[in-house]
Formats: sequence, structure tokens, C-alpha cells
Amino acid sequence: MEVLSVSQVTHYIKDLFELDATMQDLWVEGEVSNSVQSSAGHVYFTLKDAKAQLSCVLWRSTVASLERLPANGDAVLVHGRVSVYEVQGRYQLYVDRMQLVGAGQSFLQFQALKERLQQEGLFAAERKRPLPGFPRKLGVVTSPVGAALRDILNVLRRRYPLTQVIVAPTLVQGDEAPPQIVAAIKALNAHTDVDAIIVARGGGSLEELWAFNDERVARAIVSSQVPVISGVGHETDYTIADFVADVRAPTPSAAAELVVPDQQTLRAQIRQHGDDLHQLMKKYLADKQAETEQARLLLFRFSPRILMDRWRQSLDERRQRVMTSQQHRLALRRENLAGTKLRLQALSPEATLGRGYAVVSRLDTGAVIMHIEQVTSGDGIDVRVSDGHFTGTVD
Amino acid sequence: MEDMADLTFEQAFKQLEQVVQQLESEELPLEQSVALFERGMALAQFCEKKLDEAEQKVQQLVQVGNGGPTMIPFHAEE
Repeated sequence: MEVLSVSQVTHYIKDLFELDATMQDLWVEGEVSNSVQSSAGHVYFTLKDAKAQLSCVLWRSTVASLERLPANGDAVLVHGRVSVYEVQGRYQLYVDRMQLVGAGQSFLQFQALKERLQQEGLFAAERKRPLPGFPRKLGVVTSPVGAALRDILNVLRRRYPLTQVIVAPTLVQGDEAPPQIVAAIKALNAHTDVDAIIVARGGGSLEELWAFNDERVARAIVSSQVPVISGVGHETDYTIADFVADVRAPTPSAAAELVVPDQQTLRAQIRQHGDDLHQLMKKYLADKQAETEQARLLLFRFSPRILMDRWRQSLDERRQRVMTSQQHRLALRRENLAGTKLRLQALSPEATLGRGYAVVSRLDTGAVIMHIEQVTSGDGIDVRVSDGHFTGTVD
Repeated sequence: MEDMADLTFEQAFKQLEQVVQQLESEELPLEQSVALFERGMALAQFCEKKLDEAEQKVQQLVQVGNGGPTMIPFHAEE
């Protein structure tokens, strides 16, 4: 049987934590309680939720990096590692990073409300209404003296001065803030014709923003008949109002930017439209001119002068054809004539004489002798051959 | 087409977009095209003028006595 010392067991347990990757790098969310700072500057506190608690240590070096010390009731998100403090035999979370999630009131209460409203469907995307593109009137629920209102008015004036602004002044922190914010949202809905409402507050501590985690405020935003834009605190702050608003803007200025168009963009678009109109008209007129030219050419083709010219031409062609055919006929006839002449020549006595025949006639009467009884001995005769004639006497 | 003076900026701006679109997509008779073009140019001018002349108007909703709230001019406290 092996017997271990208390130190050995404790050291063994410590190793179990330190060799576990999860235990050496984790994020934990919870509510701060029993927060105490030692004379050396370290802070010890307990992180708890509804069912359990966890001892935590913040070394002085880490404390120095915090905006403020964790106060009891703060909801925090911490990062660190779990190990064992051997002297007291207890495990604890050594925190190296810490950020506040909610403060002043219980984080658990915030979580519970958030969950309840979410269950009711109040955060649902389908519930969210689109913002009017060109609001004529805007309601602004905020402090009349804060930087938030000044920022909002500046942005609205710079981007789209056409929007009329109706400020519904309220407190934005403290116990009186939530009922005033609720009343302002209701009054804007009931007594004005605003197109949308900005609910805003400048940056502050989590306690200062707490009014925007109030259920009454959340329900007033949900009941508004016109869209609500929330712009509470800084980029990193999330309140219940942000979750139920139709649009959540990271800051008051951003809320103003989201809700109106930018006149620089609008002016550029207007100029572009003007240019487009000129271009379209230019093209249209050019097209029409081309069409007109086309029509004019078409018309010209059917003008009487052109028709007459064409008729004249066709007459000319016809005449030409008649003349040509006549000439043809004459030529044909001339050829016939030449043929006939040749045939006639073939029949003439010269041709026969040419072939060696002779024509004999009586020298006294000149009669052509064709029969033997036409002559007797002693008669003078004339003999004609192809190239002349001679005389003789019949024996 | 209705009188331009009664239009809001938004209405005039949207009409301007429609005019451009109509001239782009439809083959219209000359007279109608010219009329649309003139209307478009007038709308563009109207929109620019609206922006040029706009002066931010800020009012404040205040509760007076027991009646409903009323509006008074708002002056920012610097």
C-alpha cells in the first residue's frame, strides 16, 4: 500500500488541471461577487451563475490594464486558466483578460429579460420593418443637451437637410429615464406624423446605459407604429433596445446616417440622370433624323420625274430593239441576195464557156447554131469562147 | 402630369428615375419624347433646388399643462 502526502496529492491534482488544454485557455461568463482588492493590488472575486460559483484571481499586472475594477453585480466575460492554489487546496481561475457585459444590475436579470423577449419573438428578423428611404420627418428620443443629439442633427443636416426633426427630450440615465423614454416614443407616435424614430444616447458606462435594458423601453420600441433605430453608446455596447429596434446602429451618428440618404450621392445621381436624358435625346433625335432621311430617299424613288425618266428610258430601249431587229432583217436579206447571185452566175454562158464549151453562130445571120441542119459546107461561122471569138468555115 | 411644386423631393426624384427609364426603354413619338425630356430636366432642376434650398428644421415636443404635447422651435444648447 502506497501512502501519499497531502502535498503529493495536491500537486497531482494541480498537474491534472495544468495538463488539460481546455482548462488552460477558457472564456467564462458570469456575475461578479465578493470582489476584494488586497493591499498588494491583486483582486480576488467570485464568479457565479444561478447554480455554481468559481473563485477568481486578477493579478496586479492585469488589474492595471482594466478600465475599472470589477464591482459586485457586474456581468463579465473573462479569459484565463484554471489551476490549484496548493496552500489552501483550492482551484481557481487566474484571469488575464476581462470585459464588462452588464453592470449595476444583475447580469442574470439582463440575460433573463433578453431570453424572455427573444422567446416572444421580439428580436425576430421578420418583425423588423424597413426604414423609409427619404424620411420627411424624424423623431429623436434623447437628451436635449447631450452630444448625441448634436451629432445626430449635424449628420442629418449634412446628409439630408430636407428631413424635419422633432426632438422628444428625455433623461437618458437613472430611474426616471425609462418612463420618460417610453412616454417620448408614445407621444411621437400619437401626436406627430414622423416616418421613423431614433432612440439614442452617447457613450457611457454600462450603468449609464442601463435605461436601454429596461423592459418598458423595449416594449415601447416594439409597439411603435413607425420603425425605430437604436443608437446607444459605442460600437461594442449592446442593449435590449438594440435587439428589439428595427435597425441597430452602433452609435447615435451612425443611426442618423442609416436613416437618411446622402445628398452628395443624390446630387451625383441627379446629375447622372440629367446627362442620361441629354444622351438619350441626342440619340433619339439622331435616329429620327436618319429615319427621315431614309423616308425622303424612298419618296424620291417614287417621284413623277423619276417615273417619267424611267418610262423614257424604257421607250428608248424598245426603239433600239426595233431598230436592231430591222437591221438584222436587212442583213439577212442581203445575204440571200448574194446567194441568189451566185446561183445565177453558175447558170450564165460565161461560166459554161469557162469550162471549155463554145457558142457557134452563123457568120451571116448571127443565129446560134444548135442543130446540124442549120449549116452546110462553106458557111462562115463565128465561134465564141470564154475570152473572145474567132471565125471559121464549115467543111 | 401634376404640378411639380406640390411634389416632395422623394416623389420628384423617383419620377426623374422613371422618366429616364421610360426614355431608355420605350419607342415614343417625337412630341412625347421631347415632352418627357423636358419634364425630366425640370425634375432634375427641381430636385437640386430642393436640396440647395433645404434648411434643417428642428422642433421640440413639449408637454404643456394637462393637454396633449405641442411643438415649439428647438434651439440647441451649446
